[in-house]
Amino acid sequence: MQGDSGFCEGLCVELSSDAAAIRCALEQVMASGPVLRLAPDLSARLQLVLAEVLNNVVEHAYVLNAGRIRVSVTVQPAGIECCVCDSGCPMPDGRPPTGALPDWSEGEPPEGGFGWFLIRQLTSGLHYRRQGMCNELRFRIDLN
Amino acid sequence: MEVSVQETADCLVVTVLEPRIDAASAIQFKETLRPLASVGRGPVVLDLSRVGFLDSSGLGAVVAVMKLIGPNRKLELAGLTPNVDKVFRLTRMDSVFTIHTDIPHGQRNAG
Repeated sequence: MQGDSGFCEGLCVELSSDAAAIRCALEQVMASGPVLRLAPDLSARLQLVLAEVLNNVVEHAYVLNAGRIRVSVTVQPAGIECCVCDSGCPMPDGRPPTGALPDWSEGEPPEGGFGWFLIRQLTSGLHYRRQGMCNELRFRIDLN
Repeated sequence: MEVSVQETADCLVVTVLEPRIDAASAIQFKETLRPLASVGRGPVVLDLSRVGFLDSSGLGAVVAVMKLIGPNRKLELAGLTPNVDKVFRLTRMDSVFTIHTDIPHGQRNAG
């Protein structure tokens, strides 16, 4: 059980790989007790990062076959620890994209390519590993 | 995607009446805005004051709408809520759009 200090609260959500399910899962996470108690800016960052990570899983890992996604979110004193697991295709080259900001200095602004940029900007300690037939992506959203 | 549309003397104000523009609604958003390209005159001002969440799919959809209605007509933004504003600033897309703090009103042109 948690005390007044050194708290650690977690939740786990499982969803299917489609955009509507992502919306539901995010609503569930945002409405959970541990997340409701966070500063609005922090919970906003959490929601955006989870949305980007989950959209990527649906659009890339599960591009050929639908499947399940498991999200765990643990609020700790230093930040929010997140883990997203799926059993879709592995990341290309076995690692997550570097998340460079798309360059549109010549030509029109792009309509995509911002997802990994946002994830990289808003997280720290991002770690990806392929375990058997599953992808596991861990990252932290720092308090500041 | 529910929007309300108001023609003023110098622009067309399109207010998005949904709280989210995300991967689940990005296509709908584009399809709803597409026919408005030929309505009214002046820039299309997209009022996002009721949108509390926008992800990169939503951002891409806003850029797509800018391209759909251009190059002879501008898409401008108004009423960005803090979370939406942050996405535009982080991705530097705030440099692509004219962003109004206030929503233009039809009354402004009355008289």
